[in-house]
Amino acid sequence: MATETKSTFRGTPKQERELKKVIEKYKKIPGGLMPVLQEAQAIYGYLPVEVQKIIADGMGIHLSEVYGVATFYSQFSLTPKGEHIISVCLGTACYVKGADKILEAIEEELGIKSGECTADGMFSIEACRCLGACGLAPVMTVDGEVYGKCTPESAVEIIRSYMDKED
Amino acid sequence: MKKMINLTINNIPVCVPEGTTILQAAKQANIEIPSLCYLKDVNCIGSCRVCVVEVVGRRGLVASCVYPVEEGMKVLTNTPAVRKSRKTTIELILSTHHKKCLSCVRGNNCELQKLSYDYGIDEDRFKGEEPIYEIDKSTPCVVRDNNKCINCLRCVATCNNIQTIGAIGQIRRGFDVHIGSPFETGLGTTDCVGCGQCIVACPVGALYEKSNIDEVWDAISDPNKKVIFFTAPSIAATLGECFSMPVGTNVEGKMVTAIKMLGDVEVFNMNLTADLTIVEEANELIQRVSTAKPLPMFTSCCPGWIQFVEHNYPELIPNLSSCKSPQQMFGAVLKSYYCQKNNIDPKDLYVVSVIPCTAKKFETARDEMYNQGIADVDVAITTRELSRMIKGAGITFTSLPDTEFDSPFALASGAAAIFGATGGVMEAALRTAANLLDGTNEKVEFMDVRGTSGIKEATYRINGTDVDVCVASGLGNARKVIEMIKSGQKKYLFVEIMACPGGCVNGGGQPVQSDSVRNYTELKATRAGVLYNADSEGELRKSHENPIIKTLYDEYFEAPGKAKAHALLHTTYQSRK
Ligand code: SF4
Ligand code: SF4
Ligand code: FES
Repeated sequence: MATETKSTFRGTPKQERELKKVIEKYKKIPGGLMPVLQEAQAIYGYLPVEVQKIIADGMGIHLSEVYGVATFYSQFSLTPKGEHIISVCLGTACYVKGADKILEAIEEELGIKSGECTADGMFSIEACRCLGACGLAPVMTVDGEVYGKCTPESAVEIIRSYMDKED
Repeated sequence: MKKMINLTINNIPVCVPEGTTILQAAKQANIEIPSLCYLKDVNCIGSCRVCVVEVVGRRGLVASCVYPVEEGMKVLTNTPAVRKSRKTTIELILSTHHKKCLSCVRGNNCELQKLSYDYGIDEDRFKGEEPIYEIDKSTPCVVRDNNKCINCLRCVATCNNIQTIGAIGQIRRGFDVHIGSPFETGLGTTDCVGCGQCIVACPVGALYEKSNIDEVWDAISDPNKKVIFFTAPSIAATLGECFSMPVGTNVEGKMVTAIKMLGDVEVFNMNLTADLTIVEEANELIQRVSTAKPLPMFTSCCPGWIQFVEHNYPELIPNLSSCKSPQQMFGAVLKSYYCQKNNIDPKDLYVVSVIPCTAKKFETARDEMYNQGIADVDVAITTRELSRMIKGAGITFTSLPDTEFDSPFALASGAAAIFGATGGVMEAALRTAANLLDGTNEKVEFMDVRGTSGIKEATYRINGTDVDVCVASGLGNARKVIEMIKSGQKKYLFVEIMACPGGCVNGGGQPVQSDSVRNYTELKATRAGVLYNADSEGELRKSHENPIIKTLYDEYFEAPGKAKAHALLHTTYQSRK
């Protein structure tokens, strides 16, 4: 069975103190799990198993319940975000122009799937809905920078240019 | 007294207490409304909509499993709109279902299959994409196959609300929704205790025990192995159900005959080591009191309960009786005393226990249950697995004559028989303890600890002192009792816990009865009735009076708690927190 968190968790004691404060605040309130998950995501950037365990213990509920809610809403992420966030538009216009091929090429280049983060924490990939740049379809963004009229080859080139910047 | 409500169902007048649902009320009019997600005492969420009915004057159909009756209400359960809606619902469920009925464990005992037949379903009307899920085989007890799952949540409600384990939950949403353990790491990585209550709650073949049938057949056909079967107290009370016999039929004689027809095997009565457990346990309790050891003492015959303590309350391990369960005691007796007496190398003895329980599969594999590398019990199979072996061998069970258990391990007391019901171990122990402490105390029946309620308390005066006892079944109830003890709110001397609600008669390895049986009958009580009858009809009713137990001590174990008994019949536990 696949686990969903790949990279190792690096939470700090300060983050944990903050989270515990949030839990204390919402513990007794019905429906308090939602705001706790939202604030936990704000503190850690994502919701790995370690964080969900702290929440389950703190709120006195089962981990399965926390996990169920965390996977129900798409606003929650179970994987960390990379330093560079690659976003491939799978909206209709981009899709008909072969956005899925672009996503595949990037996934292959980085060896991760959409929704995951590379082990070194450099890149994460996500698929997104229409960015409103249909004239440029197919479109991808890296850290918010828009790249239009992509091909699988040019997309890989763009990713590589970010790797080079790091060196 | 609750207010009574009058209504009509298909023009038939019925009168039911306020708060009754339409589904329950319809039974009075001899109508069973179909259901899937609803299961009495377990799950009532109104989500599958198979149970819809028309309420005259109300727009739209209502889910009868959650809809309470109202005065003057007119309900119609069989209109064209109702039939069409139910049919479409079932067709939609089937559109993503792996329809592999031929190779399904629930092949002819499936609620979905029955509905499909009853409603004349076209199984391919909505051809949906069938998602493929990996089958979860990560525990030795329970297998989960999401490809068969219809997301009724009966298992989740059982595990979360009844057992308070929370090993599984609903994950994701929409088309991707499915049941699983947190982070999809498999049941084996959770606090699952293997009780199998989720299995008996499931309407379809998405949950089943990890089968050990093949190993047993292999052993039976191995000329170098001597194979011994022994059956737990509750098997005779339920096995008949697998052969369409009425719930509550005692099939002990047919069961023994059938097992002997499987091959060259001996069949012993596990009730005997239930008696042995009682003698050891009563002795341990008396020792604990006189030497100021931790109290209350908790029973230890239920492996689901043991794992529950190890996972959640390891600080209570010193309070668990050190007695092995009857299953493990029997294995230990066979591989020591019996082998020695009959000149058998323990390696050549293959011991099969037939149990109402899936957690016992884990128990046989515990490190503590091996003696010099040899397992006390080689394999544990459930009531359901035994029935499949009998069917596979072509034995016509219902027409079999009776046979008695093989000697020397045939005779057992009535106290042992009632081990299979909640309160039974307590009552058996009280019979012996009362008699041991005060030779004139001949009390046999301890009625306050009987019955299927989840928590029972009683105080008995034994030898001049008041003895407070408590009995709980279902792990949610166990948790309540523990919390009351820990907070100092309650003080007991002796506490019996069984993981399954109602005890072993309702174990996770027992025949799966469909919702139409579980929703409308008292399954646990009817099954338990078989055991209490066997007890009251027999002459021997106290464990310590069993002559075979006396022989065992005279010839081998010397006395309860003595060195050999301690080494072979007692065990230790480990924190798994
Ligand atoms: S076997 Fe028992 S503890 Fe495990 S998932 Fe099923 S109900 Fe929960
Ligand atoms: S596994 Fe069975 S009981 Fe659980 S949700 Fe699926 S169909 Fe229902
Ligand atoms: S909605 Fe009533 S049985 Fe499912």
